Amino acid sequence: MRHLLSIADLGGDGIEEVLRLTDNFVEVSARAIPRVPALRGKTVVSLFYEDSTRTRLSFETAAKRLTADTMNFSVSSSSVNKGESLRDTVTTIAAMGVDAIVVRHSSAGVPWQVAKWTDASVINAGDGWHEHPTQALLDCYTIRERRGSLAGLRVAIVGDVKHSRVARSNVLAFSTLGAEVTLVAPPTLLPPSLSGWPVAVSHDLDGVLPKADVVYLLRMQRERQTEALLPSLREYTALYGLTRDRARLLGDDTLVMHPGPMNRGVEIAAEVADLPRAVITRQVANGVAVRMAVLFLMLGSGGDLG
Amino acid sequence: MAEVLIQGGTVVDATGRRTADVLVVDGVVAALDNAIDGPSGARVLDAGGCVVAPGLVDLHSHLRQPGREEAETVESGSRAAALGGYTAVVAMPNTEPAIDSAAVVREVLDLGAGACCDVRVAGAITKGRRGEELAPLGEMAALGVRMFTDDGAGVQDARLMRRALEYASALGVLLAQHCEDDELAEGGHMHEGDWSSRLGIPGIPTEAEAMMVARDVSLAQLTGAPVHFLHLSTAMAIAMVRAAKAAKLAVTAEAAPHHFALTDELVASYDPVFKVNPPLRPQSDVEAVKAGLADGTIDAIATDHAPHAQEAKELPFDQAPPGMLGLETSLALALNELELPMERVLALLSWQPARIAGLSGQHGGPIAEGAPANLTIIDPGAVWVVEPERLASRSRNTPYAGRKLTGRVRHTLLRGEPVVMDGEAQR
Amino acid sequence: MDAGDLRRAITRIAHEIIEHNQGLDGVVLVGLQTGGVPLAGRLAETLREIEAVDVPVGTIDVAFYRDDIGLRPVLPEAVTDIPFDLTGRAVILVDDVLFTGRTVRAALDALNDYGRPRAVQLAVMIDRGHRELPIRPDYIGKNLPTRRDEMVDVTADGVDVGTMQKKAGA
Repeated sequence: MRHLLSIADLGGDGIEEVLRLTDNFVEVSARAIPRVPALRGKTVVSLFYEDSTRTRLSFETAAKRLTADTMNFSVSSSSVNKGESLRDTVTTIAAMGVDAIVVRHSSAGVPWQVAKWTDASVINAGDGWHEHPTQALLDCYTIRERRGSLAGLRVAIVGDVKHSRVARSNVLAFSTLGAEVTLVAPPTLLPPSLSGWPVAVSHDLDGVLPKADVVYLLRMQRERQTEALLPSLREYTALYGLTRDRARLLGDDTLVMHPGPMNRGVEIAAEVADLPRAVITRQVANGVAVRMAVLFLMLGSGGDLG
Repeated sequence: MAEVLIQGGTVVDATGRRTADVLVVDGVVAALDNAIDGPSGARVLDAGGCVVAPGLVDLHSHLRQPGREEAETVESGSRAAALGGYTAVVAMPNTEPAIDSAAVVREVLDLGAGACCDVRVAGAITKGRRGEELAPLGEMAALGVRMFTDDGAGVQDARLMRRALEYASALGVLLAQHCEDDELAEGGHMHEGDWSSRLGIPGIPTEAEAMMVARDVSLAQLTGAPVHFLHLSTAMAIAMVRAAKAAKLAVTAEAAPHHFALTDELVASYDPVFKVNPPLRPQSDVEAVKAGLADGTIDAIATDHAPHAQEAKELPFDQAPPGMLGLETSLALALNELELPMERVLALLSWQPARIAGLSGQHGGPIAEGAPANLTIIDPGAVWVVEPERLASRSRNTPYAGRKLTGRVRHTLLRGEPVVMDGEAQR
Repeated sequence: MDAGDLRRAITRIAHEIIEHNQGLDGVVLVGLQTGGVPLAGRLAETLREIEAVDVPVGTIDVAFYRDDIGLRPVLPEAVTDIPFDLTGRAVILVDDVLFTGRTVRAALDALNDYGRPRAVQLAVMIDRGHRELPIRPDYIGKNLPTRRDEMVDVTADGVDVGTMQKKAGA
C-alpha cells in the first residue's frame, strides 16, 4: 500500500512496524547531526489547505532529517476561492515530479481524492473531522514510551469527539493495539451514531478518571458554543474540563495527553498542563520521529507500508 | 407525413399486453394487428423480442437551461431523455434565473420546441425560489404550466405553503414539494447515521424529510388541495404517505432510481458522484422505497436527473453540488432492481407520472387507433455497461459508471417521428 | 573455522589492535548490526583481559545509509547506540564478514554524523572477496575466497559456508 490515508490502512502489524522503526528515528533525532541520507533525491510536498504551522513543520523536519527535498504549498483560505480546482493543483504538483504529498484539508475525504490524481504517495495530515493517522501513531508511541504496551490499558478520550479527526484515528489505533477506550463527552459532542465503534461511552468524567491509565483531552473550540452544542465554555469546563481538583483523582501513573494546541483553562487547567504526567511536549517531540518512520517506510524501505 | 411500422414486438400498456405490429401514420397510431403489411415507403422499426410501450414520462429533470448550459441544455437533456425512452419530461425551475415568471416559462418552452421529447415546465412556487412571496402561478398556468415546485429547496414557511396550496387549488394546478427542513438539515452532506459518523461528514437526519412530509400532509388536509412529494427517500416519510392515502387524502409521491439502487455506504469512497439531495440512505430505507413502489404508495419513478460539470464534481465532498444523472439509466435500474413485472414498471415510468403531470391525453395512454404516437420500444434482454463518456448528457456524473445493466431502449417515437433508432439519437 | 579457531583469531586481532594503536588510548569499538555486534563484545572482553582497559563499545545500524535504498526492502535491525563522542578517537569498526564493502562504506558515512574520528580502522572475522569498492580491512580473522552465490555464516561456534537458498519471492 502506498498511501497512509486512514489508520485502518495499517492494521495492527503495520502500526507495530511504524512504532518499532520510530525508535531508530528517535535515536537519529537525538544526535548532534540529526540526519540520515535515507531519502536523498526524494521530494516531499506539503499541501496544506488548513493553517497548521506545527504539523506542517513536523512533517517538513521529518523529511529534511531524511535528506529529502521539501516543497510547501500552504493554501490559506484567503488566497483560494472555494471552487478552485483541487485536481488542477494536484496535477500541477505531480507534474513537478514528487514522491510524496502530505495533505491537510478542512473537508473530509480530500486525501482520497488527491490519491486518485497522482502516482505519488499520499499521507493524510488531517481531513476535516475524519482522520489524522500520524497523530494517532505518535500518540501510541508516546503512551508506549511511558506505559509499555497498550494492551489492556484504559484510555479515556474526553471532549468534542464529534468534530475530532484525532479522536477518530485514536479510537481505531488504540483499540487495534488492545486498549479499552471510553469516550467522555456531552451527547451533543458525540457522533450521531457509535454503532460498531469499539468504545464505551460515559457522560461522567469524575467516574471515569480514577480508573483511567491515559486521559486524552480534545481541544474545545470556541465556535461550538455558537452552534448550540454547548451552553457555554464555562459549563463545559465545569463538567468536562480536567481541572486541578479532577487531576487529583488520577492514578499515580496516569498520563495526560492532548493533541495541541491547548486551550489552557478550558479543557485543561493551566497547572495541570505543566504536571509531569502531562506528556504533551513528548507527543510533539515524538511527532517528528514518527513521521520520519512513516516517510521512510513509504519512500525508502523498498517494501510496502502496512 | 411519414409512415412507421413497428414490427414484431409485444405491445404493453395500461390495458394489458398483446403481440402486435403497430402502424403509425402522421404522428398517430393508425393500426394494431398481427403481421401488418406496411405501405411501401414506410420506415420499418424492428421490435423483435421487444416491448412496445407508451413513452416514459419524467416528472423531475434538471435541464439546467437557462444559466448552467455547461452542465446541460434543453437540447442535450431531451436527447438523453429520448435515449432513455422518455417522450416527455418536466423541467425543474431551479435554473438561473429561476422559472418563476411567464417570460422564463416561454423561454424554456421555446427551447424545447424542437427537442427530442416533449419538454414541459414546472414553475417555481415562490419568487426566485426564495420561499418568501408567491410567484405568479396564474400567469404561468396560462402558458400551460401544470406543476409548481421550489425544488432544490422546500418551502420552509408553513403559512406561505398553506396560502400557496389554497391559491393553487383554484387554478387546478399541482404543487410539488422537495421535503427538506433546512434547520434540521443544517449543513449536512450525506445521510446522518452510522456511515456519516464514521466518515466524519455532517449528516442530514431522516427527520428533515419526514417532518416536511408530515406538515404538508396536514396542509393538504387543511386546504383540500392535492400535494405531490418529490424524491421520497425514507421509510418514515413513505409510511406517512401510506397513511395519508389510506385516509383518502389527495397526495401523490415519486421516488428516484438512486434511492432504490444505491446506499449511503458508497460515500465511503468520498467520491462526490455519490452526493445527492435527498442523500443516499441505508438499506432499510432502500427496502422501504422498493416496497412503496410495489404497493402503490409511491406513484411514480422520477429521475431527478441532475447534471453537473466535471469540475464541480471534483471538489471536496462537502463543497461539491449534489445531484446525479438519471435519464438514460432509470428504465434498466427499475427493471433490474425492483422485481416487478414489466407492466408495473411501465406504470411507474409512463402512465402514472403522465397522469400526475396532466399529460394523459398525449403521453402514457393506451396504444390504440387514434392515440398520439409517443412510444418507446424496449429490449428487456439487452445487456449493456454504463460508460459515462458515451452518455448523451453533457455531463458525466453518473454513479453507475461501469455497471452492467439489462434492458435498453431500442427506438423512441415522438409524435410519430423516430427520434431514437437502434439506440442512436437521430438528432 | 571452528569455535577454537574463532577464539584464537579474536585474541590475535586484539593484540594487533593494541600494537597498531600503541596501546588503547582513545580506541573505541563499534560493531556493525548484526553480525559485528557480538564480535565487538568479545573483542572488548579480550582487550580487557589483555590490557585491563575497558574499551567503550557501541553498535551501529547502517540501514539508513545504504546505497541500495528503494531498490530492495531495507529496514534497520536495531537501534544505533553510540553513547560516547567519537571526535578525536580511533574507531575500530567490527563486522563478521567483509564482502562487497558497501556496508562498510555506509558505516563510514554514518560515523561522520556522530563526530570526527581521528582514524577509522576495520576489523573483520572473514574476508570473502568480491569487493566492489576500494575498502580494505586492517585486521582479518581469515581470508576465505568464496563464490558469489555462497553464504558465509559466523556464529559463536565457528564459521560455516553454505549455498544461498533462494527464498521464494525474494
